[in-house]
Amino acid sequence: MSQQGQARSGGMNAQLKPQSLTATNDFVVKFANVNGSGSASANELFAKAILRMGVPVSPRNIFPSNIQGLPTWYEIRVTEAGWLGRRGGVDLMVAMNPQTWNSDLKEIEPGGYLFYDSSKPLPASRFRSDITVIGMPLTEICNATYSDARQRQLFKNILYVGALSVMLDMEPAVIEQLFTEQYKGKEKLLDSNVQALHLGRDYATKHIGRIGLNVKRANQVGDRIFVDGNSAAALGCVYGGATVCAWYPITPSSSLAEAFQSYCQKLRVDPETGKNRYAIVQAEDEIASVGMVVGAGWNGARAFTTTSGPGVSLMTEFLGLAYFAEIPITLINVQRGGPSTGMPTRTQQADIVSCAYASHGDTKHILLFPEDPKECFDHSAAALDLADRLQTPVFVMTDLDIGMNQRLCAPFDWDDTREYDRGKVMTAEELDAGRDFGRYLDVDGDGIPFRTYPGTHPSKGGFFTRGTTRNAYAQYSETGPDYLYNVHRLLKKLDTAKTLVPQPVIRPAAAPTRFGVLYFGSTSPAMHEALEALEAMGLHLDALRLRAFPFSDSVVEFIDAHDQVFVVEQNRDAQLRGMLITELEIAPQRLPKILHYDGTPITARFITAAIAEQMRAGSRA
Amino acid sequence: MTYLAKPKLHHPSLAQNKVCRTRRDYEGRVSTLCAGCGHDSISAAIIQACWEMDVEPHRVAKLSGIGCSSKTPDYFLGNSHGFNTVHGRMPSVLTGANLANRALLYLGVSGDGDSASIGIGQFAHVMRRGVNMVYILENNGVYGLTKGQFSATADQGSKSKKGVVNSDTPIDTVSLALQMGASFVARGFSGDKQQLVPIIKAAIAHKGAAFIDIVSPCVAFNNHPGSTKSYDYVREHNEAVNRIDFIPTREEIVVDYAEGQVIEVEQHDGTVLLLRKLHRDYDPHNKIGAMNYITKHQAEGEVVTGLLYVDNDAQDLHEHLNTIDIPLNTLTAKDLNPGRAALDKINQRLR
Repeated sequence: MSQQGQARSGGMNAQLKPQSLTATNDFVVKFANVNGSGSASANELFAKAILRMGVPVSPRNIFPSNIQGLPTWYEIRVTEAGWLGRRGGVDLMVAMNPQTWNSDLKEIEPGGYLFYDSSKPLPASRFRSDITVIGMPLTEICNATYSDARQRQLFKNILYVGALSVMLDMEPAVIEQLFTEQYKGKEKLLDSNVQALHLGRDYATKHIGRIGLNVKRANQVGDRIFVDGNSAAALGCVYGGATVCAWYPITPSSSLAEAFQSYCQKLRVDPETGKNRYAIVQAEDEIASVGMVVGAGWNGARAFTTTSGPGVSLMTEFLGLAYFAEIPITLINVQRGGPSTGMPTRTQQADIVSCAYASHGDTKHILLFPEDPKECFDHSAAALDLADRLQTPVFVMTDLDIGMNQRLCAPFDWDDTREYDRGKVMTAEELDAGRDFGRYLDVDGDGIPFRTYPGTHPSKGGFFTRGTTRNAYAQYSETGPDYLYNVHRLLKKLDTAKTLVPQPVIRPAAAPTRFGVLYFGSTSPAMHEALEALEAMGLHLDALRLRAFPFSDSVVEFIDAHDQVFVVEQNRDAQLRGMLITELEIAPQRLPKILHYDGTPITARFITAAIAEQMRAGSRA
Repeated sequence: MTYLAKPKLHHPSLAQNKVCRTRRDYEGRVSTLCAGCGHDSISAAIIQACWEMDVEPHRVAKLSGIGCSSKTPDYFLGNSHGFNTVHGRMPSVLTGANLANRALLYLGVSGDGDSASIGIGQFAHVMRRGVNMVYILENNGVYGLTKGQFSATADQGSKSKKGVVNSDTPIDTVSLALQMGASFVARGFSGDKQQLVPIIKAAIAHKGAAFIDIVSPCVAFNNHPGSTKSYDYVREHNEAVNRIDFIPTREEIVVDYAEGQVIEVEQHDGTVLLLRKLHRDYDPHNKIGAMNYITKHQAEGEVVTGLLYVDNDAQDLHEHLNTIDIPLNTLTAKDLNPGRAALDKINQRLR
């Protein structure tokens, strides 16, 4: 009997292979779909249903730089333990794309499951013998039920969600509730979706039954929220007081500006006049978008732009101006695979150097590294404060993995008594009181001068902003001492910045160790899991999660306290490690590198294996 | 060009305008441009116009790109905030500044290299967005600071100082501004202050994107026989479509109606433009007519000057974006922060 034949006959439990995987609330499901088939919302529905059953999930969208037709995947890690990084490997593959059949099949763990559309018979040679194959004639059922071509396509997705809910023993009421919320006020859509769900469930109940993987109601989600980093950063900009946003569309950052627009429409419209307490401009390119932010920052508004690597490249001349003329601007860089167009819909942490030193001449910019959507919110609001305080560009360095994937994270929090830090702005009253105003005068010894907003005073405090060297009173100057005064003061300002940026988070190992590990940003969830795995293997590492550049003094102290500190990054050239070596004058051999850069989010398995191998090799040497 | 410092003391009998300032209060630092540079004449015209319009100098934000023309904001309105941005990208900075504080007067000064070559994209887009500003292009057809290269506005067939003939088609910035949606488009000549000052005044009063292309001969590199941007050439080929008188308020109209036909154009803010028509068929409200007129006369080798187009009912960017009337840069955390309660609701929806 063919496997397909097996799959289409009778109850499934009888057909489980002896070695089939069994797991409750701890497995990986991956959906292989075709871009544009409408699968995204069905897959997200599936993930949310598990979440509503109190079981943490960690989904990843893996999609092509294309609108329709190319392969796309949605991977969901079901993880009662709460690990939010990718695990690696797939336990249940929902293979809906013939184009990627062979590679999808290969990813399945031994003993895993393959669910596929069996409307068109496939020879036994197309399957693996060490997995359980489950066929369901999705196309056949849809063609028989629906006459409309789009409905046939869309409901195929709901049908497999229904079938999976039976196979994994999920509660149908949870999915129905999600439909109710999604189609509020659209009763016709609600009814047809519920109908499709049960069509899938009925078939699976009759022909498939339960498999070895299942979801059991738990209480591990708590008050956490499920949100993507781009929406979170956008909300952070709203709460942080950004009033001007200028942007240019680029994957994976576009949804951030769109979310800002959407939040502003709800939260920032003056109730009396109906007018907007914000301005958003979709610029003609990235140069114009950052130019507008520079203009707004110069004129006293909190302004930001959002972009990705190629956008930053275009912005660099303005970044040099903002740095040297000391204008507060905030940039949110949702990093993607580079260089050039690279892998525009995949993730990397590969703009670290290009952002830290963006532009010509000697420049250094502030970088913040959020680990999850919650920190995207916090850091975006903090960046607006820091930019004003330090009068300089501040980058929030997120990436596609955080930006475009929904993640479980702590709920957003805000202290209503918090005032915005507008930095050193001299007012008309202060000028009238006779305070000496030198635009580039370091009055407080922290490298940060006072500024005035245009239009402040009829006769005092006016100055000319330029990219050329000037003296402390903003007068044009080409003399060496004036230039040195400026560039050395800018370094002093960076020293001040070290104390103001988010400080590193240090997590000591269970036992004393001479090894450390340093990581940042979206590596965080996989790292946490890897650290536990390494501990279980008896490999102890103190961990430092870096949250900003310039590096705080505690980073030096941490490295000094260990013989070796592994630096984990998602780029080819160990960019952050290079900066640690040059900025802190650390001997390179003390910073072994752990690098992952194929465009997929780093996994706990990868980190664990790479560190274990190097530590064991080190102890053998 | 002089390096002598200007005396700070003003003679007590100098005339004052309505905001109690003398013309000297509108001056800036001493120009470092070449003696005879058309740009200095334009600076003088800006000073005159702002003084006559009773503009408070500190309520002006003057922005420029990079180049000879872009240095000039240092030479007028010394008490204003100025900003030399980057080459060709002043329009975006001005746009952002305007978004931050709509209550100031924005004066953008640019050159032909700045606006028609490296910055043509931003030039086009700032016009189409209707940013409320006066955008002055000091057009000499040549790159001065890099010593004599043709710019994109240099006429085809014109010669450089070194005898090189320009083979490229020129960009006509007034036609471009018209096509891109500028609601006030004029062309002046730095050597014709009588025409230029009222044009600038009218542009200041205009609400929306006001563009003035000013032919401004470069005495160092483009004021020789063979140049079509020299003083002599422009004087010989100037074709003025109208003469402007600008009246700040209706009550003060004192105009000589004796010569030619005069039409009144009321601006959005109640000020009045009096256009003394030199060409009977010229209607500055007709955009297509203006474009045709400019193209026709350009083909005949004439430099058409005057107010070429004005839309009195233009809207500016803030109206397009429906922003509040008070400057965004004055809003506080109280105005901007939706508060913890709103955040809790958002958290709830994300579960």
